[in-house]
Amino acid sequence: MSLHKRRTKAPPSWLHLTFIALGGAVLLFIVAPILGIYLKSTVGEVAEAAKEAEVRDSIWLTLWVSMAGTLAFAFACVPFAYILARKTFPLKGLITGIIDLPVIVPHSVAGIAILTIVARDTFIGNVAESMGLEIVGTPLGIALAMAFVSVPFLINAARDGFAAVPERLENVALGLGASPLRVFFTVSVPLAWRAIVSGLILMWGRGMSEFGAVLIVAYHPMIAPVLIYERFGAFGLKYSRPVSALFMAVCLVIFVILRLVARRRGNARS
Amino acid sequence: MLEVKNLSKRLDTFAMRDVSFNIGQGEYFVLLGVSGVGKTVLLEIIAGVMRPDRGTIALDGRDITFRKAQNRSIGLVYQDQALFPHLSVRQNIAYGLRCRKASRSEVREKVTNFAERVGAQDILDRNVESLSGGEAQRVALARTMVTEPRCLLLDEPIASLDAQSRGEVRSLLRDLNRRGQTILHVTHDYEEAVSLASRIAIMEGGTIAQTGSPEDIFHHPNSEFVANFVGIKNFFRGTLEPPAPGGQLSRFADPSGLRLWVLTDQAPGTGCLLFRSQDLAIANERPQTSAKNIFEGQIIDIIPAKLGVEVTVQIGVKVSALLTRSSINSLRLEIGKTVWVHFKASAGRFLRV
Repeated sequence: MSLHKRRTKAPPSWLHLTFIALGGAVLLFIVAPILGIYLKSTVGEVAEAAKEAEVRDSIWLTLWVSMAGTLAFAFACVPFAYILARKTFPLKGLITGIIDLPVIVPHSVAGIAILTIVARDTFIGNVAESMGLEIVGTPLGIALAMAFVSVPFLINAARDGFAAVPERLENVALGLGASPLRVFFTVSVPLAWRAIVSGLILMWGRGMSEFGAVLIVAYHPMIAPVLIYERFGAFGLKYSRPVSALFMAVCLVIFVILRLVARRRGNARS
Repeated sequence: MLEVKNLSKRLDTFAMRDVSFNIGQGEYFVLLGVSGVGKTVLLEIIAGVMRPDRGTIALDGRDITFRKAQNRSIGLVYQDQALFPHLSVRQNIAYGLRCRKASRSEVREKVTNFAERVGAQDILDRNVESLSGGEAQRVALARTMVTEPRCLLLDEPIASLDAQSRGEVRSLLRDLNRRGQTILHVTHDYEEAVSLASRIAIMEGGTIAQTGSPEDIFHHPNSEFVANFVGIKNFFRGTLEPPAPGGQLSRFADPSGLRLWVLTDQAPGTGCLLFRSQDLAIANERPQTSAKNIFEGQIIDIIPAKLGVEVTVQIGVKVSALLTRSSINSLRLEIGKTVWVHFKASAGRFLRV
């Protein structure tokens, strides 16, 4: 909307001004603590933290494990989201509810739950071990814990994206001789792409920030949130703050870049 | 060529029952019906994107009722065109060829060829969302035609276009049909039906009320619904001659030798001429009138209509005039009586075919 158009609108009422003030308070509530971390940490402290191999390793581990987990789960989640968007079947409501379950399960409980099925003395643990795979205390375990709490974000976003693709376009593609698989990859996915990418970013971001579930499944190797917690416990606020500032800066930069890339692709399409 | 037998489908909003018709090779078959009688659903069932509850569909003698949409060789063009918004015009037209794993040179050649046929050669690199309604319709036609379907299904292809695009798309469809393309076209617009169809089926309440040539349907509607729906009984096929130099009126001649005056801005050529029954007047003596079309004939039928009474007069061809009951009485009209029928040249409506 142009500035000119906005000016011709009626001036905001007291009600709207109140709403805006409330919104401002909430924004401040989000921004102030984050800003506080940066205001309280000096550049020197953050640079010092960045020099530590332990800190760098943990940030890198957090990034790649959450990214790998997200991409791996996308192979199953995106087709599943398509089915949820297109088909009606018995117990669909129940299944939709189950998908949202990880959002309300306390994350420590989620960690305990995952550990219960993947620990060394369990069926899955034994099968994985016989294949030479360790889950507990490894990046694989971390990825599973992250995915458990973040997978609803991808499925729900992709499902909404597919639901917004007119079914008629898929019918036309079928009529033109495309197989259902071809229709999925050349019509449905490209048109839902923006929502899928948005879901991937959300899942990745949520996974990366996970602490509770990961702590229980894999204290070591240490991801950044666990390292921050450990430093806080052992050395206090002053020593955990620079690592927090550094980790958050890295996350923010990647988050903003991905958002921009996704938006540009979306704009190019529309 | 396309045989539809006893097709039935029940959905939440309507029920379609026992729809049957045959379309011959090269025919232009128009299914005419008011909105919401399930015309689009019927096309989707024939195209294979929806299953019927009952009934069969056969193409070239082979049952295709349960064949997958992608293997039917039936092309469906929707009213809203349903172009792929993420692809360019060129990629849209090429889509069906890519599905058939056509070589790159074949894709290029056919896309150019069909784009030229529909007049879309200059917009190949455009984004589909920047196209006008008429352009989008032509691209949608090219996209389907490029797969060379045995039968082309069109869902209200003209309804949403502006007046100029309507004419263009209409002549494009006529041209495709002349080249041998079998077409099944659904519409609610009888003018569209008359100007394109070689055969028409009228759909009423989820079933086919009447099938026949446009002449049959318009002259001999078999039910009140058909009569009211098609509305126009005075329907002639023939040739429009150019107006005499300096004159405004054109002559229209039908094969039986009937010649009518008509005021039209349409170019000369073959087509059909429509007169509404309410524009025809009847007199007992030859009238002194400004009307240019005056004929003597015999009344062959008098039927009460929803509004007034319909009088059919044989003037070489049958014409129908809608009169009030009091006129019938005051003129003492009865079957067998010789009367004069007159109507103005400006009341005629000529449609190019």
